Amino acid sequence: MALTTAPEPTRRGPGSARAHSDRRGPGRIRHSEGLAGYVFLSPWLIGLMGVTAIPMLLSLYLSFTNYDVLTPFSEVRWVGLANYERMFTADPSYWHAVRVTVTFALIAVPLKLAAALGVALLLNRAWRGVGLFRGLFYLPSLLGGSVALAIVWVNMFNRDGAFNSLLSLFGITGKPWVNDPDWALETLMVLAIWQFGAPMVIFLAGLKQVPTELYEAASVDGAGRFRQFRNVTLPMLSPVIFFNLVLETINGFQGFTAAFVLSNGTGGPVDSTLMYTLNLYITGFTELNMGYASAMAWVFLLAIAVITAIFFSTGRFWVHYSDGEDR
Amino acid sequence: MVTVTPTTAPPTTAPPNARRRPGGRPVLRLLILVAIVAVVLYPLIWMVGTSLKSQEEIVNNVGLLPERFSPGNYTTGWSNFDVSFGRFFVNSTMVSLLTVVGNGLSCLLAAYAFARLRFRLRGMWFAVMIGTLLLPQHVLIVPQYILFRTLGLVGGDWPYLPLLVPQFLATEAFFVFLMVQFMRGVPRELDEAARIDGAGPFGIFRHIILPLSRPALVTTAIFSFIWTWNDFFRQLVFLSQLEDYTVPVALTLFIDSTSQSAVGPMFAMSVLSLLPVFLFFVAFQRMLVEGINTSGIKG
Repeated sequence: MALTTAPEPTRRGPGSARAHSDRRGPGRIRHSEGLAGYVFLSPWLIGLMGVTAIPMLLSLYLSFTNYDVLTPFSEVRWVGLANYERMFTADPSYWHAVRVTVTFALIAVPLKLAAALGVALLLNRAWRGVGLFRGLFYLPSLLGGSVALAIVWVNMFNRDGAFNSLLSLFGITGKPWVNDPDWALETLMVLAIWQFGAPMVIFLAGLKQVPTELYEAASVDGAGRFRQFRNVTLPMLSPVIFFNLVLETINGFQGFTAAFVLSNGTGGPVDSTLMYTLNLYITGFTELNMGYASAMAWVFLLAIAVITAIFFSTGRFWVHYSDGEDR
Repeated sequence: MVTVTPTTAPPTTAPPNARRRPGGRPVLRLLILVAIVAVVLYPLIWMVGTSLKSQEEIVNNVGLLPERFSPGNYTTGWSNFDVSFGRFFVNSTMVSLLTVVGNGLSCLLAAYAFARLRFRLRGMWFAVMIGTLLLPQHVLIVPQYILFRTLGLVGGDWPYLPLLVPQFLATEAFFVFLMVQFMRGVPRELDEAARIDGAGPFGIFRHIILPLSRPALVTTAIFSFIWTWNDFFRQLVFLSQLEDYTVPVALTLFIDSTSQSAVGPMFAMSVLSLLPVFLFFVAFQRMLVEGINTSGIKG
C-alpha cells in the first residue's frame, strides 16, 4: 500500500489535481495504477494458473499416459494416443455415454426452453400475482440440482411413487420407471424440464424489452396474436433464446447429480443413465484410470467448444439484434 | 414491474396494449398458471408429506399428505449413521460460509481491477476470464484432484482445503463478471472526486467501490451459499471420511441401504437439507430472480 501511495500527491490542491489528470493521457497507463491493477488481480491470476491453467496442461499430459494415482509420477508411462484410440475405437461404453448425453440434451433442453418460454408468455404482463408465480416457478431451479431432490425424484418415479399413484387414478398401472432402462433417462429429462424457472426468468426480462409499439404496429397491419408472436416476439426475443439455448445445452451436457443418485453411481439400469460426466467420474475415481479419464475430459472440452462455436456461427442466421446490425 | 404508461396512450377505456400481448384471456390464463403451479409444487409437497408419514403409511397411503403426522423419521434419520446429521450440517454450513467469504473477497478484488484499473494486458486477461465462464468443472476435476493430492491436501488434517482454496482465488468467473458489470454502473465521477482528494487505487477501492458494491456482494453471497450448499460433485470427489461428509454426500449413503424402511428417514433428511435454500428463497426471492437477470446465470 505504501509503495503505491508514495508517488501520489500528498496535499490536495488545484495544482496537484491538474498535474494528476495531465498524466492520464489516452492510452497511457500510470505506473502506480498498472501496479495496483496486478495487485488486485493477483488472487485471480494465481487461481487462473494454479487451479485452471496448470491443471488443464497436466490433464493434457496425463491423457497421453496410463496414470492411475497409485503409482508415483516417476513411473508414469507415456502411452501416446492409446487412450484416445481406445476411446474412439475400442470402448463401447464410452460411445454409449456419448449417446445417452446427446439424447438427454437433445430432448430435455428444447422442451425445457419451450416450457420456459410458454410460461414466460403467460406471465408477461404486469398484474398482481406475477411476482408470486414467478417466484414459485423459479423455486425448482434453486432446489432441483441437489441430491435431496434427485432422491425425491427417483422415489417419485419408483413403483410405489407418486407418479404411479397419479396414473392409477386414471386406471393405468405404472411400473418402476427408474428401474426400466427404457424410461430411466426420461425421468431425468422430466427433472430437468421441471427446472424451467431459471430460463423463464431470463425470457421474462427479454419480453419486457420488446417495445409495445411493435405490437401496435403489427396489430394495425392486421396481424393476429399468432402472427405477432411469430413476427414480433420471436425475432425480438432471439438473442435471449440464443443465450438460453447455449447456456442450457452446456448445462445439459454436464448433468451428473441426478444420474448419480438414480443409479447409485453406476449409470444403470443397464447403463441407461450413463451421462458423460458420470462415465468420466467412474473411469477416473472408481476405476482410478486417470489417464484415460483425462483424455475423456479433453474430448469433452473440445466437444463443448465445437458445439458453442456451431451455435455462434449459425446464430447469425436467426439471431436478430435490435440495434440494426445483424451480427 | 413496467406498466404501460397512460400518458403516451390514447384515451381509450381499455388499456391499449394489454389485449394485444400474447397470453390469452385473463381467467383462462390464471387457470393454466395455477395448474402449472400444482405440477411444479407437487414433488415438493409430496416430499414433505412423505417425510412425515409413518413407515406403515409410506407403504399403504399413496396420498399426498399423511393421515397422522409422525415426526419420527426426523429423529431416526438424524442419527441414522455412525455420525449424526448434525455434524454433516455443521460441515456443509462451514464450507458454504467460507465459500461465501472467499468468493466475495477474491472476486471483488479481481472485478475492481477489470472494471476500473488500467494495466497492461487487461483486455487479454478479461477475455481469458470470460473464456473460463463456460469451462466445465468436470474437465478440471481429475488434474485438480491429482494436484491437491500431491500437495497432501486431500484427506489431510483439514480436508476442505481442496474445496475452498479455489474459492479464495476468484475461480468463479460468474461472480467476477457480475461484479464487473455492476461496478461499470458506479459513476466514474466518484473516482475522480476521490482522486482529487488524494486517494490512490486502494483508497478508491476502499472508500468508493467497496461500499457501493454491496448489492453485488449480497447477490454473490446468496448464490455462492446456495450453489455450494447444493454442490455434490466436488464434495463427492474430495471428501472421503464419514465425519468430514457434507449433507449432500451423506444423503447418498441412504441410497446404499436399499431397504424400504430407509425411505422415511431419507426423505426427512432431504427436507432438512433443502430447508436453508428454501429459507434463502423466501427471504431473498426478489433478489435471486433479479440476480439471474443481471448476470444470466444458471439456477
